[in-house]
Amino acid sequence: MADKKDIDEISGVETTGHEWDGLKELNNPLPRWWLWVLYATIIWAVGYWILMPSWPLINDHTRGLLGHSDRAVVVERIEALEALRRERGGRLIEASLDEVVETPALLEFAMASGRGAFGDNCAGCHGAGGAGAPGYPNLNDDNWLWGGTLEDIQESILYGIRSDHPQTRLGDMPAFGRDGILDIEEMRAVAAYVRGLSGLEVAEGADLDLGATVYADYCAACHGPAGEGSRDLGAPDLSNNIWLYGADVETIVTSVREGRASVMPAWEGRLDPVTTKALAVYVHSLGGGE
Amino acid sequence: MWEKHRAFERNSIFLTVGILIVVSIGGLVELVPNFYLKSTIEDVEGMRPYTPLELKGRNIYIREGCYNCHSQQIRVLRDEVDRYGHYSLAAESMYDHPFQWGSKRTGPDLARVGGKYSDEWHRDHLIDPQSVVPSSIMPAYPFLADAPITGREIQRSLEIHQRLGVPYSDEMVENAAVDVFAQASPDHPAAADFAERYPGVAVRAFDGDPRRVTEMDALIAYMQMLGTLVDFDLYDGQADINLR
Repeated sequence: MADKKDIDEISGVETTGHEWDGLKELNNPLPRWWLWVLYATIIWAVGYWILMPSWPLINDHTRGLLGHSDRAVVVERIEALEALRRERGGRLIEASLDEVVETPALLEFAMASGRGAFGDNCAGCHGAGGAGAPGYPNLNDDNWLWGGTLEDIQESILYGIRSDHPQTRLGDMPAFGRDGILDIEEMRAVAAYVRGLSGLEVAEGADLDLGATVYADYCAACHGPAGEGSRDLGAPDLSNNIWLYGADVETIVTSVREGRASVMPAWEGRLDPVTTKALAVYVHSLGGGE
Repeated sequence: MWEKHRAFERNSIFLTVGILIVVSIGGLVELVPNFYLKSTIEDVEGMRPYTPLELKGRNIYIREGCYNCHSQQIRVLRDEVDRYGHYSLAAESMYDHPFQWGSKRTGPDLARVGGKYSDEWHRDHLIDPQSVVPSSIMPAYPFLADAPITGREIQRSLEIHQRLGVPYSDEMVENAAVDVFAQASPDHPAAADFAERYPGVAVRAFDGDPRRVTEMDALIAYMQMLGTLVDFDLYDGQADINLR
């Protein structure tokens, strides 16, 4: 069959020799344009082998005449990006708050850059608008655990809170219940007393005297005699009715029983200095900056 | 020449064998050298096998299909490096069986998520993603916090990885069932032995509860070490052998 050509009578084209119910398939050649495209891609491939890194050999792969490397190119592009940031916002690094506020171009750069970085790095915990969530501080109000000046904010961003950075901000709320320091009666009493510090309603029958004694013995050292808190230790103000974890007795008892040691990661190394300062300016601007 | 090709076109077995030969040559020439070329896997400082707890977390990650939405591969592109950090190296997944690379992302890349969030955040986020990221479409995994870990299974897992060439010592394999608990319980009697077997590894109650070791501990331990091992101060990415 293979050596016997079967020519279709009407078109004069050779058939494939297959026949289905009297129908035969013409064996037309491939379209010429298509063939040329195929040949062109083959030639292109040969050129690519010569110019670009391609063949793996015995000790290494061929590097290509152009010496291209994705890894070299990306470093150049990142450097160009950082240079551009320094050019536009380099003055930010040394600028004081007043200087930033008084220089519209700088302020505009810091806000735009800060907003972008906030969305990518901070919004996960503090919320897209900085409103926070239980356990994650609200950045819009004027209540600051570790201080709300530009420098304070920048330090918190750079070194984190209870992070693995050597210069991290540190402060520990012990687990008074889990470690057997206070019993449940004492914890309930002190929870009621702490609610009272913020002027919240205290449940009937709560032992406020016991609560006051426990507070003075165990809590006042960090949170202050009147519950005013301490920024040096990151101890929250307990008298302002702003609650990081919740104001109900159960939540306060949990805080006393298990302790609280929430962590903010350190961003030094992850974010470049210009972005860090821009973030500080942005967070400072959210409403409560000092 | 074209007349001879007719023989392939008219005989399916011929054609199949012909295709097999051509594809095999392609595979041999392009793939096989990568198994012996020194430049395939970069020479880096800091890589170590996963601890039993991390490996357990990784197994959970695979079991729950996290890879369907998250890749672990920062590509060599400016915007990815700017957002996620240093591009991923082959060396960083040399102990991964199977690797978690990918180009399809529904969620963000996780190759360097280690240290980006706190343990509490990971716990809150896994229990109810929308509680911390309202616009997230990630499903919730609250059951991880209630699923206790068993030691036997993880020992078997280490054994398999050892057979696949991951440099676990026999001692590591034998003690895996204890080590998996030691890493998540700071007061564990085997804590000192664990620290000796896995120097410099973080030991803490990853899920916030030192009394129980759950799948939540394992997954968070895994998340928190992702992309943190290689010491990039000691890695010259622009050295000739590391360029590609």
